[in-house]
Amino acid sequence: MADQFFPPGMPLPASDPSSEDAGFWEACGRHELVVQRCTDCGTFRHTPEVICYKCLSFNYEWHRVSGKGRIYSHMNVVYPTHPALRERVPYNAILVELEDAQGIRMVGNLVDCSYEDIHIGMPVEVCFEDHPDKDVTLPLWKRLDQ
Amino acid sequence: MAEEFSIKDKVCVVGIGETEFTKAGVITRSEFQLACEAIVKAVDDAGLKMTDINGICSYANDRNEAVRLATALGIPDLAFSNMQWSGGGGGGSASVANACAAIVAGYAKNVVAFRALAQGQFGRFGQGLAARSDRITGQAAYTAPFGVMTAGQNLAAMPARRHMHEFGTKHEHFGAISMASYKHAQRNPRAIMYGRPLTMETYLNSRWIAEPLHLFDCCLENDGAAAAVLTSAERAKDLKPRPVYIMAAAQGNGFRYGAGAHNGPNYVTTNHDVVAPRLWQMAGIGPQDVDVAQFYENFTPLVLMSIEDYGFCKKGEGGPFVEGGRIEWPDGELPINTSGGNLAEAYIHGFELITEGVRQVRGTSNCQVKDAEISLVVSGPGVTPVSSLILRR
Repeated sequence: MADQFFPPGMPLPASDPSSEDAGFWEACGRHELVVQRCTDCGTFRHTPEVICYKCLSFNYEWHRVSGKGRIYSHMNVVYPTHPALRERVPYNAILVELEDAQGIRMVGNLVDCSYEDIHIGMPVEVCFEDHPDKDVTLPLWKRLDQ
Repeated sequence: MAEEFSIKDKVCVVGIGETEFTKAGVITRSEFQLACEAIVKAVDDAGLKMTDINGICSYANDRNEAVRLATALGIPDLAFSNMQWSGGGGGGSASVANACAAIVAGYAKNVVAFRALAQGQFGRFGQGLAARSDRITGQAAYTAPFGVMTAGQNLAAMPARRHMHEFGTKHEHFGAISMASYKHAQRNPRAIMYGRPLTMETYLNSRWIAEPLHLFDCCLENDGAAAAVLTSAERAKDLKPRPVYIMAAAQGNGFRYGAGAHNGPNYVTTNHDVVAPRLWQMAGIGPQDVDVAQFYENFTPLVLMSIEDYGFCKKGEGGPFVEGGRIEWPDGELPINTSGGNLAEAYIHGFELITEGVRQVRGTSNCQVKDAEISLVVSGPGVTPVSSLILRR
């Protein structure tokens, strides 16, 4: 537990029947990063939704992506906005543009880098943080040396 | 061509009312009472009786429901009530626009639009469910577990960083927006930051909230309420206050702007890029015609991007645009946030920017732009949906 990015007490994700996103979190549990893709027109979408915004199809698949991307933007959170973060600030949050999913972005944290070394365009790769007692796995990010 | 279906120049603001504004938690009267007080003042300012009011509009899921207000205030026949969906402060101008629509459509004659916000009693707006839940679902499940929970973190910090990267925007540019609000607040005794001027040095040395956001990039947290009374241009002529015409109003949400986890296609825009063209089209004027503007400051980088989205400069040039006092009263070309705005007057979810926009047209602002005829109000950049107004003499 000690090597988790955040201390215990943070809100953890739960799947939401109204957006049918259980598949995303189940894939994280297998240490696979997936993006929802329309099986009729091929459009990716994130965060998950029941319908394709482009062709209005309700058919989709969970498409496994490489898990590689580049930092699109980032911040260093200093003011703790949740009780569990009081002793944890500062921490980084990054926005990653995936390399192989039509520009889909994901929000996460870079686990192995001081904030000063983070820059836009930096290549990163997904890594997974298991929370076995809570039955959930979070997708986080690590530097990808070119 | 669709002139007859436009609200242009058909409705006027004839009354405004505000409670005092304080830091969150100072006012001990209930939020509902604050709503009533602001509405009573606005109706009185218009020279109307409460029994003349037959419509109530608000936004941001205001807790003080129209029917409770109508009941408490003795309104005999509430013919129209309306809540602008979601969008937090982005719905401010839309609440006025919806009142206009009701009046032009004949649903109601005299309509109140208002916002009451006692953050001391109900907690900070935008804090989100994440702070109170072990498990989080929906779009927030893709941000909150990574410590990205608040409006500042979601709407402003990372888009600001991207804007800085793409266009070379500097902290001093964001600081210029904060400085303008604080400078103007020094002339406004109603302002929370009255008597507390800000220097660029203090701004730059202020603590980080979420770098690149400094403390002074973020709006205040307050208690208070504000309201406006609207009626038809025809009826406004018979009332005592100088009528303030609604020249145009627009609201909206761009393509996929509401996509979760920062997946909106236009990352360094505020959602006003889709609303602004409709606003200018309805008004039949452009940014060059604006005398004074109120740009909702939830966070200063979003003000800078709104200025771009309304076409006062090109996308990416907002930084240089705000330099050199251009946005400061009295000498700037485009004075903005002349009461001190959300940063230095009070954060009443931007309704206090609407009342200030009205004062500018009436000629009663503490930072009065000489002979101001065209007054722009921009509500809630970076949220979904957003809205804006053009007020005129």
